[in-house]
Amino acid sequence: MAQATAPRHAQSAGENLLTVDSLVVEYPTKHFRAKPFRALTDINISIKPGETLGLVGESGSGKTTLGRAVLGLAPVTAGTVTFEGNDISHATRKQRRELSRDLQVVFQDPYTSLNPSMEIGSILAEPLGVQGQSPAQARARVKELLDQVGLPSDAINRLPREFSGGQRQRVAIARALALSPKLIVCDEPVSALDLTTQAVVLDLFLQIQRDTGVSYLFVSHDLDVVRHISHRVAVMYHGEIVEQGPADQVTVAPEHPYTQRLLLASPVPDPDRQEQRRADRHRLLELQRQTTEQAGVAV
Amino acid sequence: MSQPAAASGQTGTVVRSRVITRILKNPLGITAIAILSLMILMAVLANVLAPFDPNFANIGKTLASPDASNLLGTDSVGRDVWSRLVFGARTTLLSALLCATVAIVIGLPTGLIAGYYGGKFDAVANWVVNILMSLPGIIVLLTVRAAFGPSVWISMVAFGVLLSPGYFRLTRTSVQAVRNELYVDAARVAGLSDGSIIARHIFSVVRAPIIIQTAMVCGIAIAIQSGLEFLGLGDPTVATWGVMLSEGFKNVYLNPTLLLWPALAIGLSIGGLVLLGNAVRDALEDGVKIKARKAAPAPAAGGAAPASRADRRKVATVDAGTEHHLVKVSHLGVGYPQADGSVKKVVDDVSFHLDRGEVLGIVGESGSGKSQTAFSILGLLPDNARIVAGCIQFDGNYTVAPGDDVVSQGRVSSLRGKRISYIPQEPMSNLDPAFTIGYQLVTPMMRVLGISKAEATSRAMKLLADVGIVSPERTFKAYPHEVSGGMAQRVLIAGAISCEPDLIIADEPTTALDVTVQADVLDLIRDLQKRLGVGVLLVTHNFGVVSDLCDRVVVMQNGRLVEEGPVREILRNPSDPYTQKLLGSMLEGKEPMTMLVPAGMEA
Repeated sequence: MAQATAPRHAQSAGENLLTVDSLVVEYPTKHFRAKPFRALTDINISIKPGETLGLVGESGSGKTTLGRAVLGLAPVTAGTVTFEGNDISHATRKQRRELSRDLQVVFQDPYTSLNPSMEIGSILAEPLGVQGQSPAQARARVKELLDQVGLPSDAINRLPREFSGGQRQRVAIARALALSPKLIVCDEPVSALDLTTQAVVLDLFLQIQRDTGVSYLFVSHDLDVVRHISHRVAVMYHGEIVEQGPADQVTVAPEHPYTQRLLLASPVPDPDRQEQRRADRHRLLELQRQTTEQAGVAV
Repeated sequence: MSQPAAASGQTGTVVRSRVITRILKNPLGITAIAILSLMILMAVLANVLAPFDPNFANIGKTLASPDASNLLGTDSVGRDVWSRLVFGARTTLLSALLCATVAIVIGLPTGLIAGYYGGKFDAVANWVVNILMSLPGIIVLLTVRAAFGPSVWISMVAFGVLLSPGYFRLTRTSVQAVRNELYVDAARVAGLSDGSIIARHIFSVVRAPIIIQTAMVCGIAIAIQSGLEFLGLGDPTVATWGVMLSEGFKNVYLNPTLLLWPALAIGLSIGGLVLLGNAVRDALEDGVKIKARKAAPAPAAGGAAPASRADRRKVATVDAGTEHHLVKVSHLGVGYPQADGSVKKVVDDVSFHLDRGEVLGIVGESGSGKSQTAFSILGLLPDNARIVAGCIQFDGNYTVAPGDDVVSQGRVSSLRGKRISYIPQEPMSNLDPAFTIGYQLVTPMMRVLGISKAEATSRAMKLLADVGIVSPERTFKAYPHEVSGGMAQRVLIAGAISCEPDLIIADEPTTALDVTVQADVLDLIRDLQKRLGVGVLLVTHNFGVVSDLCDRVVVMQNGRLVEEGPVREILRNPSDPYTQKLLGSMLEGKEPMTMLVPAGMEA
């Protein structure tokens, strides 16, 4: 496999594909004149062509909201989202339609991200039809897509419920690939899958990137997954990015206390090494506790 | 733009044809369709079927009995009853259809808009709907008649307006349920206009309930219309079933059959519509029906009870030399009887044992039968599950003896909560939101241990402190929604150890938690296990959790046990290809950006 040694080169490519600058997302609350809920505070990220930015954090950290803000599914309160030099923070539906050629999404749950009453063929043809492709063109492209994600071609006339979780996620990936986008936002795309299926789907993501040079904004709660698939990693905590940098640095020797805790919390599949990691974690927690106490005294 | 429309039409047909097949297979459905087709045929072919004009009066032949020219006789002014019945079908059915159409035209689009966009339109529409629903229908209809005259069409239009809130609410609720589905988000990302999204993704959800509702509404419209006309408020110049009913009632002593025919027609039509609505609903929910049928006949109570008591005495002895195992599962098989009489096995020939103070992990992917195995030890399998083979023993006594086909609740319920306890996967859904955490800890202790409330309360406080909760008093008084997921899991662990069990069954205890919280909960389970010397059966899919806690491991695949052994041996030198594949799928220690599955190994 000559390709196997390929990537981790993307840093050299010049222009950013996506730039998020000082982004703030607030949701209005139900109560009259109540302060809106701030989901994201001062987010700055960028992605270059062919690069994967991993976004890791715990539930409620705002990582999913950031992905949705890029896609136009969350309200941008302040700051800008720039894609290929154009400000898309407040893009209209018509501009989104243009944009959907280059910007696509794979959601977490393969069970609800596909319309249960539509055949796979129509699901995959939908984005093509929106771009004005003829049914014949669309059909040819759908066949190509099914082949690309390793599904049988008779899948066209079948319904989502006839497929397993891993296969459905392939359909969702195929839908994202339909228009050969430049960036795919992947929102926890492997979290609902079994271990062996996760491995197969991660391979598919890597293979597609090698073949097409697509960029990923890859959102996950699992540091191991993010480490495996990302060139660069950003760590989110309470709606802010606390640490950002090359994957091997952030996921192996992190600087921020939260990332350090996250790294040592993930158990390893060997009892003796896990015992070591557990001891390291307890030492770290103790150290961090002392540091906070001292900081408290100093203030 | 023509392509998506064509495609969605095709999809619709596929689904609809399946539903129609199911309706036709249902005896109620086919009966309803037969009756309604007959009525509709009568209405359509009225000109051919009726020998006379509905208002043609033969004064010389009133209240006549059926004969060759007047098939059903004549009424008090000599009009042909059969002709009036046939033309009445046309007017009655058309007016019911008009009523439903008006209701749908008003209710459906407003419901779609209100449900999809929400906001101000939704608020205003809800106000209007509330006002409409609070209007007394009959009085409005009487007012309309007084203002516009006794036209059946006008009164049905008014009634349609009055019924439109039903459609509005139905549509709005269905749309709200799906508007945040991920496939709708995906369509937004694809750049579909709101109109296309509603047409392609939202409308399919409301189609079926609308059809059911329409069947019901047509029935109601016929009933109300006939009722008004029966009271003499209809238009006497138009032949409808209601007008005929009114006329027949006046002459009930002279010729009772005049009342019979319109009453029969009204009854059959309304009944047919209601049955059709039910049949469509059943066809859409057929999964539920099979399940109900599957519930196998319970063993006859009379003979079974003494036998099981004898069983209990008999099963007291287990194989010699195995008494010291805390749990021993031998050749266990669990299955679910299917509608066609076959049994679907989900656990097949699984054997393992667990000793006191030992932590045994059951590892497998979804559908491997690991949870079913754990639940058979707990005796918490669904009612329709059957033990098809093997036995389970706990502390030297059988809970499932050889030959039993269900877990004996008599034997297990005395163990559950006292000697066997359970830590579930979803902490939040296993605490009742209506009660405080303290109440949910204290009540089982009072019941199981037979201690006083004060004693149970002080024990609960100590338990909460034991599981690492910083302020036990505050948590004790809190409701489940006031604590975090990790805290809720600690509370459940406190509950699990509250009655000093010998065995804790933990089903994916950390899967729903964040990684940092998972590490804390694992620490807690390990500490408690060491301190109390309790046996733990840990069901998980995560090898990291296994290596953190377990002494021994059982690997399951497709309901079968593929490998068993000490944790170091299994994790370091797995001998079974499936275990090797599972461990090979782990990301830990892999070179990033490389393929995980070797070529040719893909499932």
